[in-house]
Amino acid sequence: MLLIEDLQVELAGKVILKHIDLEIEPGETHVLFGPNGSGKTSLLMTIMGYPQYKVTGGKIVFKGVDITHSPINERARLGIGMSYQRPPTIHGLKTRQMVQLCAGDRKVSDVEELAARVHFESFLDRDVNAGFSGGEIKRSELLQLLAQDPDLMLFDEPESGVDLENIALVGHTIATLLQKEIVSTSTKSRLQVLKERTKMGFIITHTGYILDYVDVDKGQVLYNGVLSCSTNPREILRCIGEIGYEECVRCTIDAN
Amino acid sequence: MYDRRELIEKAQKAVQKRAVIGPDVDLGEFDSTPVDHKYLSDAEMRSLPMAERQRLLMAGVDVTESERGGTYFQKDTAVVHCSTRQEGIEVIPIREALEKHDWIRDYYWKLVSVDADKYTAAAEMELHNGYVIRALPGSRSIYPIQACLYLDKHGLQQNVHNIIIAEEGSELHVITGCSTSPDLKKGIHVGISEFYIKKNAKLSFTMIHNWAEDMAVRPRSVARVEEGGLFLNNYICMKPVRTLQMYPTTHLVGENAVARMYSIIVGSPDSEYDVGGRIFLKKPGTRAEIVARTISNGGRIISRGHLIGETPDIKAHLECKGLILKGGLIYAVPELEGHVDGVEMSHEAAVGKIAQEEINYLMSRGLSEEEATSTIVRGFLSVDIPGLPPQLQAEIDKAIEMSEKDVM
Repeated sequence: MLLIEDLQVELAGKVILKHIDLEIEPGETHVLFGPNGSGKTSLLMTIMGYPQYKVTGGKIVFKGVDITHSPINERARLGIGMSYQRPPTIHGLKTRQMVQLCAGDRKVSDVEELAARVHFESFLDRDVNAGFSGGEIKRSELLQLLAQDPDLMLFDEPESGVDLENIALVGHTIATLLQKEIVSTSTKSRLQVLKERTKMGFIITHTGYILDYVDVDKGQVLYNGVLSCSTNPREILRCIGEIGYEECVRCTIDAN
Repeated sequence: MYDRRELIEKAQKAVQKRAVIGPDVDLGEFDSTPVDHKYLSDAEMRSLPMAERQRLLMAGVDVTESERGGTYFQKDTAVVHCSTRQEGIEVIPIREALEKHDWIRDYYWKLVSVDADKYTAAAEMELHNGYVIRALPGSRSIYPIQACLYLDKHGLQQNVHNIIIAEEGSELHVITGCSTSPDLKKGIHVGISEFYIKKNAKLSFTMIHNWAEDMAVRPRSVARVEEGGLFLNNYICMKPVRTLQMYPTTHLVGENAVARMYSIIVGSPDSEYDVGGRIFLKKPGTRAEIVARTISNGGRIISRGHLIGETPDIKAHLECKGLILKGGLIYAVPELEGHVDGVEMSHEAAVGKIAQEEINYLMSRGLSEEEATSTIVRGFLSVDIPGLPPQLQAEIDKAIEMSEKDVM
């Protein structure tokens, strides 16, 4: 479980997240809406542990461990992973090597096969993110997460820049990663499999396309650094579409 | 036999002449008296002491000669092994070539001037030896030829002169290592190299240097590439040296000739490197690329690159990247010189540190900060060299890997 309590975060001396409370149970996936600059990426980066996001209040607890001040790699080892929107290029490091690094001690026996799942075989011998298009970056990030196999996955706009042909691929891959594509087996009923899910997801989306592929449990809206709404994601999307984020301000006021 | 009197006279006038760049080395500190070493048979080569073999291996020289098309091995001033296993490729000590072959006159001191500076002068006046490697027209080297210039005697001045000729339509790969015995601390290596890449020939020349803390190194090399020829020049130096200065020059004299120079240098504390490359593009369709990756761990590195476009329809690019990890100096000097309309020349130079963003990215995949840093450094040093046989690429990767612990 991810538990965030009364989190307050500063970036370069400026408060960017205020009194954030959030709870993601094992097996649950939440989506995060919010206008540009509202602090969505900052929230994800804070959970991942980027040191420039300074926690000035509250705490982050993952799997019962207080990780509020843990370094990034410790959080990764505990099972947090992230799909970035604009990851840096690592010159001289092949995507193939990166996949193995992500897998750590487990080692991927067949990198080609794993890459084929996101149609990325032809990129394995290119430097990580070097000259990748927006859509290629997304598939590269998913491939790395497939190898890393974290328990909590943070996705920063996984569908932006992805062409129509690949959007379903990206959507289904995320659903698989988050154990949302359920198949009943001979030994376990569907309900049992559903109950035993452990993967948690937190997805930033503007368009809501991802909702067509991933069964999301909850939607949240971040507005001006405040988490203001927590309800059915489809309803939030419709509300934003019809009235805009202005309505969220009213919701925030009403909630308090 | 080639009468070298005229050359020697010319050299004599330059014995005091300082080099245009680089700190001056007092040759009086060294002894250039020839040192005898016994010639080694194949079997004796293989039974060299382990420590020596290891040092040779780090310079890319494999004494078992497996996957090598031929070997030239010079210890101090003496040739201790010289053989070729491949038809169409000749490996001859240069003194022997000067005595026996008339054709050597067309190549000896034809690209490098004997009176360029005191080092070229010394190489002529007291020539110890060196190799001539020649690929006959149309021949292809399946395995690279290896050449090793080894310094064993403390305080020695080693003067060598090398000539490599890739005849028309041939393909030749040479890996050359320079190294010193574990006990040698001080010495100077003066090495003249002249490269002839004829019409549609291809030469790859990979040089790995493993010097000692108090070594001075003054290579002087010039290449000439004819129509449709390709010259790949790779240089790796990751070990300490007192002073190393070289500025190899390539002339692209035929249409569509191509030259690529790659250098990887790690500057150790108390070491001074002044290295670079210069390529003249003299005919339409010629292409040139100079790529340098330097890391300073407290050493001083001057990384030069100079491209000269003398005719339209040429393309040239210079890339000079430096990382300062543990102090020291990196001085990047990229120069572009376009003499006419229609040249296309560019350069990219950067000196800096490892981006924190990259470290964080790798840490979020589970790597520790140290692992992330070494992964980025390894990536920085790994350069893909188009046209280089995979085996030689593997040698370069190995050399980098072997010295990685010194870098970090």
